[in-house]
Amino acid sequence: MAIDTKELKDVILKPVWDNNPIALQVLGVCSALAVTTKLETALVMCMALTVVTAFSNLLISLIRTQIPSSIRIIVQMTIIASLVIVVDQVLKAYAFQTAKQMSVFVGLIITNCIVMGRAEAYAMKNGPVMSFFDGIGNGLGYSVILISVAVIRELFGSGSILGYTILNPVKNGGWYEANGLMLMPPSAFFIIGFLIWAIRSWKPEQVEDAD
Amino acid sequence: MSAKNESFAKTLLVAVTLCLVCSVIVSSAAVVLKEKQIINASLDKKKNVLVAANLLKADTDIETAFANIEQKFVDLDTGKFIELDNPQSFDQRRAAKTSELSVEIENDLAKIGRRSKIAKVYLVKDQQKVDTIILPIHGKGLFSTLYGFIALEADKQTVVGLKFYEQGETAGLGGEVENPLWLALWNGKKLMNSDGEPALTLVKTIPKNEFEVDGLSGATMTTRGIQNMLDYWLSEDGFGRFLSRLDVKNGEA
Amino acid sequence: MEHYISLFIRSVFIENMALSAFLGMCTFLAVSKKVQTAIGLGVAVVVVQAITVPVNNLLSTYLLNEGALAWAGLPETDLSFLGLIVYIGVIAAIVQILEMILDKFFPALYQALGIFLPLITVNCAILGGSLFMIQREYDLAESVVYGIGSGFGWALAIVALAGIREKMKYSDVPDGLRGLGITFITVGLMALAFMSFSGVQL
Repeated sequence: MAIDTKELKDVILKPVWDNNPIALQVLGVCSALAVTTKLETALVMCMALTVVTAFSNLLISLIRTQIPSSIRIIVQMTIIASLVIVVDQVLKAYAFQTAKQMSVFVGLIITNCIVMGRAEAYAMKNGPVMSFFDGIGNGLGYSVILISVAVIRELFGSGSILGYTILNPVKNGGWYEANGLMLMPPSAFFIIGFLIWAIRSWKPEQVEDAD
Repeated sequence: MSAKNESFAKTLLVAVTLCLVCSVIVSSAAVVLKEKQIINASLDKKKNVLVAANLLKADTDIETAFANIEQKFVDLDTGKFIELDNPQSFDQRRAAKTSELSVEIENDLAKIGRRSKIAKVYLVKDQQKVDTIILPIHGKGLFSTLYGFIALEADKQTVVGLKFYEQGETAGLGGEVENPLWLALWNGKKLMNSDGEPALTLVKTIPKNEFEVDGLSGATMTTRGIQNMLDYWLSEDGFGRFLSRLDVKNGEA
Repeated sequence: MEHYISLFIRSVFIENMALSAFLGMCTFLAVSKKVQTAIGLGVAVVVVQAITVPVNNLLSTYLLNEGALAWAGLPETDLSFLGLIVYIGVIAAIVQILEMILDKFFPALYQALGIFLPLITVNCAILGGSLFMIQREYDLAESVVYGIGSGFGWALAIVALAGIREKMKYSDVPDGLRGLGITFITVGLMALAFMSFSGVQL
């Protein structure tokens, strides 16, 4: 199968800026908020999600001609759930500390709409290789938002990035009065809201019409 | 999608094949990784015990450091050491949920409802003599149940260290229970007065004596939870009987 | 009894599924433009949550946990790694069955709730409810209360958000924020308001 490099580039980069799953399609927001108090957990989450999306797309695309449409959804669900279990087990075995902090959110990748959404919208109609890269692209789109949010929250909330102190907080004897709000749930919403504003000011064609 | 995919036989075939393939993948992943997970989980627990006992330095090997630590089971009602038939499988948290293995707490300060009849404690020993006593404690904070260890010196009243290994308190406020700088404040504090009663308090002012610890600012409920949990676990109903029985010279109880 | 009331209040206000655990966000943001539809979806979530959490609780106690198969003579088996797939399977199946029952016996209710039911399978609040129940080791009675409470809390949040968004039609929002952006910020403010419940001790 010949792969058009331009198409490939499109498939990977489109979801990052032009059709971001979180900022434009409102998919997969849940986990984006809960694991972003620290960059470390956000990174692990991004990797887990990208792997699951890419492989579920690949597998579903491989068997797409064989799936009866009446049990389509449950077939996709089973494949996704199996992949998530494998990822969850691997994380528990090799990144125990991080896995513990992420608690149920690894499991919740199953219901992350990005995975399901890409399987249904792309992998059911396209070849395995492109589907795989579509999964990677959407995973990256998700990661961009997640990592930006996590960097802001960890830097201003705890004064550190990846656990390394950047702004030495007052409670550890430094000068930076940590912004506690950044560690609280609501801040994630504000940050994503403002990120969307920023992206849409840059790319005005994404602005929604008034009701 | 072709029409032949929609037949009953085909649907069934796809469903069954898919289930078989997925179950093989999932089960083999689980089986292959299980051992590694168990090792990880136990290393994590050991590490927390060592942190509580102030024995973990940057270059400490956990397994070697843990070799000096003895695990013991205590019957909390009598305060005596007991032997279990199957010590590996003992799970205090599960025991607290099982009605035959636990008792309802009357004066439930820690808000945990029931407690296991048996508790697993750790002793740091030098020959026969007990150096440090490490006790598991848990109780409700604001959002979550906090699980941790408290380590006491052989005098049974001076704190060596405190460590929480599981909590879901507000990050940045109650979550600061994990801040090493705050935990370091506990070293040398006296938990109990000379009559063996819990006397330590978490205060909002600057601590004046060895019975006072600076509470976490902005985390009143978490601080109160820790206070209640200590009061309970060090009371007669918690580890009180065990602590008064424990003979630190010979490591007997 | 007191214990259950306290758990209920906790799961509705303090540990609100949508506003403090961020679950079910996709549908939360997408289906909150009108109060009417929000109520429909909210009710459906409560019903499904109230059934699936206890069912998953039974499955995990008698099938999946380490030692749970003792009644079948297999005390050593630990199937907890299968948890995720079992819970999502149960949720998908129950939603499907519920849809059929409603269609057959309560056509009026089916008309009202029908379109929301398929959305619920992939609503993370439902799976999240089951996973939190496992993680916190609730027993059967607690899981019933928790299921209803968490579903109700989610419903409350989405109806409130829909109410706010209906009113917001009249406000002049900057172009880039219109729609999704301002909704995120609104939800953030709601979450702040809900945080004031966090000191409530029962």
